[in-house]
Amino acid sequence: MTINPSGWRPEAPQAGANEAATFTGNRALMLEEPLIFEIGSTATTGVDFGPAPATSGSRLAGLERTAPIGLPGLSEPEAVRHYTRLSRQNYAIDLGLFPLGSCTMKHNPRLNEKVARMPGFADLHPLQPVDTVQGALQVINELAFWLIDLTGMHGVAMSPKAGAHGELCGILAIKAALEARGEGHRKVILVPESAHGTNPATAAFAGYAVEDIPATAEGRVDLAALKARLGPDVAAVMITNPNTCGLFERDMKAISDAVHAVGGYVYCDGANFNAIVGRVRPGDLGIDAMHINLHKTFSTPHGGGGPGAGPVVLSEALSPYGPLPFVAKMPDGHYKLVEEETADEDHPQTFGRMTAFHGQMGMFTRALTYILSHGADGLRQVAEDSVLNANYVLRSLAGTLDAPFAASGPCMHEAIFSDEGLAEGFSTIDVAKALIDEGYHPMTMYFPLVVHGAMLVEPTETESKAALDQFIGALRSVAERAKAGDPTLKSAPHFAPRRRLDETLAARKPVLVWKEPELAEAAE
Amino acid sequence: MRYLPLTQPDREAMLGVIGARSIDDLFVDVPEAARLDGPIPGLPLHASELAVERHMAALARKNLAAGDAPFFLGCGAYRHHVPASVDHLIQRGEYLTAYTPYQPEIAQGTLQMLFEFQTQVARLLGTDVANASMYDGSTACWEAIVMARRVTRRAKAVLSGGLHPHYVSVAKTMAKFTGDVLETSLPSLTAEPDTAALIDKIDDDTSCVVVQYPDILGRIADLSELAAACHAKKALLVAVVTEPVALGLLKSPGEMGADIVVGEGQSIGVGLQFGGPYVGLFGCSEKLVRQMPGRLTGETVDADGKRGFVLTLSTREQHIRREKATSNICTNSGLCALAFSIHMTLLGEAGLRQLARVNHAAAFAAADRLAEVPGVELVTPSFFNEFTLRLSKEARPVVRQLADSDILAGVSLGRLYPGAESLEKGLVVAVTETTTAEDVAVLAEALREVLA
Repeated sequence: MTINPSGWRPEAPQAGANEAATFTGNRALMLEEPLIFEIGSTATTGVDFGPAPATSGSRLAGLERTAPIGLPGLSEPEAVRHYTRLSRQNYAIDLGLFPLGSCTMKHNPRLNEKVARMPGFADLHPLQPVDTVQGALQVINELAFWLIDLTGMHGVAMSPKAGAHGELCGILAIKAALEARGEGHRKVILVPESAHGTNPATAAFAGYAVEDIPATAEGRVDLAALKARLGPDVAAVMITNPNTCGLFERDMKAISDAVHAVGGYVYCDGANFNAIVGRVRPGDLGIDAMHINLHKTFSTPHGGGGPGAGPVVLSEALSPYGPLPFVAKMPDGHYKLVEEETADEDHPQTFGRMTAFHGQMGMFTRALTYILSHGADGLRQVAEDSVLNANYVLRSLAGTLDAPFAASGPCMHEAIFSDEGLAEGFSTIDVAKALIDEGYHPMTMYFPLVVHGAMLVEPTETESKAALDQFIGALRSVAERAKAGDPTLKSAPHFAPRRRLDETLAARKPVLVWKEPELAEAAE
Repeated sequence: MRYLPLTQPDREAMLGVIGARSIDDLFVDVPEAARLDGPIPGLPLHASELAVERHMAALARKNLAAGDAPFFLGCGAYRHHVPASVDHLIQRGEYLTAYTPYQPEIAQGTLQMLFEFQTQVARLLGTDVANASMYDGSTACWEAIVMARRVTRRAKAVLSGGLHPHYVSVAKTMAKFTGDVLETSLPSLTAEPDTAALIDKIDDDTSCVVVQYPDILGRIADLSELAAACHAKKALLVAVVTEPVALGLLKSPGEMGADIVVGEGQSIGVGLQFGGPYVGLFGCSEKLVRQMPGRLTGETVDADGKRGFVLTLSTREQHIRREKATSNICTNSGLCALAFSIHMTLLGEAGLRQLARVNHAAAFAAADRLAEVPGVELVTPSFFNEFTLRLSKEARPVVRQLADSDILAGVSLGRLYPGAESLEKGLVVAVTETTTAEDVAVLAEALREVLA
């Protein structure tokens, strides 16, 4: 199991300059790990079922699966080792600072995990009679009220499964509201160029034409240009605040007022809510809908790419259109679930259901646990420390890296730099890959698109000053090397489990599933 | 505030470096009218770990956990035993606290796992390829309908009456806004699935037929003829699997000609969790791959020629294509996909088949036992681990009544199809390896009393 011959391509050079020649391909604690298909067998299982039940035939309508499926099994010790070894090839917050801008990679408290696994939450079926799940409905309701209070909004849709699903929820509520007003003809949604890609993708998915909102040189929405474009064809604007340049949109209230004046709605991408939680309520800025990534602001784990959770807070104007199902507290203290059955009475203007069940319950228990731990005072401190940490990074590095918006005022939770001033032929990716060798996950690269070679650094509030000082030192050192044209940066990372990977090859000849070597060769 | 490492002296020193007098200086861009002076009034302040745990545990105790009752619910979420090592492994920080693998050199753990997951899912569903997962089965089902529209450039989808009603609801919601046309129907409380009726509905405007396998009542239909009928009209067959354990015993939809197979992977590794997070499965034929939604992991090599994995074909995706993307999806359900994959690796083919056999045997023993109860009739002669009973009374009050005695008897069709009189006596019962003979005896006895 320690030998991984197929980890090597026979036609490729056997070892790079920094590759120790070992029999196994391993380098001490850096362990190569084959695929389960190379080490498992379809006859092996790591699960016991006890004695087989006495059966009397089957009732499968003659549709028995007879052909081999090709699913390898491992015994429990082999499986534990396989996944443990693989895990060690991952960077994670538990290992160090993870300054991925716009992603809010903060510490994930373990109490959240413990609570989510209590059988009273984890072992509930979504269709159990509501009398048997009153505690679960109370969790959803308590979290809903925290989200409403923290944002100063009127209502909240809890069921969206992730941020982008929340965006869709908000846009559908806007569309439903417009149609109810007889203004379904509004077909344009305005989105700043600096927006997350999900914004225009969501608007297009819901059938809208997407137009760019220009930005000012200082990195904010150009209010005059926006006002000039507003008109009776505009359904909504989608604004990220704080924005993806790390700045607070000073004119947010004026933007909302202008959009409302022409009959449109304001969607706010709440990905960056962490910077303002407890200090500013989006409801006070005229926002009509905003999704909240529980996996960002409220510390539920990112899990290597999900699951997320994207509840959407809604203004009074949009709340009547929010999705089913939702939890309602009755005067007698009982909780009920409003579904299609009683929607005509309880929620007649709903745009409908977005997902099979009630949303990401496992994330609700974690987020509520986090919120109760911090309380109103702690959450405010979260925003303050996240902004303080980001400004500390910004000011500490502004003399080394180009900070295009350093003169635009303090940043919020993230600091942005450009690749200006790096030596000819060097770009952001070289800085990023060298940071990997320094033991860090790189910052967000080349996003937002409005900054050349953008490096977006979000340290979050869960980093100590000592951790920031070391990171700043590392990034300064790497930046100096990039400015001096140090050629070793071009081949970084040198010390990661893999060197730079050939993404062009992956896309040109997609290999998306494993095939037995003889089949793979035959296919080529 | 145990999650905040900065000390007050740290904060002051950092403000000094920044050149700010106080933290308020960093929030100057917030308009004065919108600034909050202090913690939002009326909300509790920070609390100890002990106090929070106590509060949450009290809420958890207000629920009747499935493991504390004879339990027979299915209909899109199934209770299976998950080996202890699955939960242990997914709690390793390197998986739990990692991000989407945008920097592949330091994310090979997640990427290799996803490549293995994609292969396992494709083999299970019988498709050429599969993606790195979707939010859940219901959203995967809608994404499949949209994908079929893109592929065929037709906008009419025919949905089987046997498709989970919540999946139908999700599709109806979305179609209202996108202009897709959906033909839907209610299931009928009969032994036969609606294959023949579906075939009759396929025409030259049909983008796809969506059929669940096994269906919402537990019925199993051979999809071959339906697939052929779709292909004759150049439409796609989309198959939906809400109980993937069934595919340990049943022919895969891919084998029978389905072009896109989606599913809910919750049953393997994930647990009930009151409906989420779950893990959507999405597989299709190789020729459709560039129209697929969601993240995909692919094999490649690094600068030293070593095999490695990356996210690939991202030109389909929102962060590159923006408004021209195949979907707005950004996150998948990574950690649930990991749980699925570990559980599937522990099972292996032999274990999966055995698990499926145990489920099937337990289910038909239970069906026979329950059908002996006066006032109970078995509607579905063939099924995997879930079957439908017709009671002599409306089923929904029966389910509520039994819940009052801590028996979770199944899902009444009245809950799923409120107002549909033809279905109100239907009760869908799921039986898995977690169901004991004693549980079945308790349910049978309770039904006998309540139906007498």
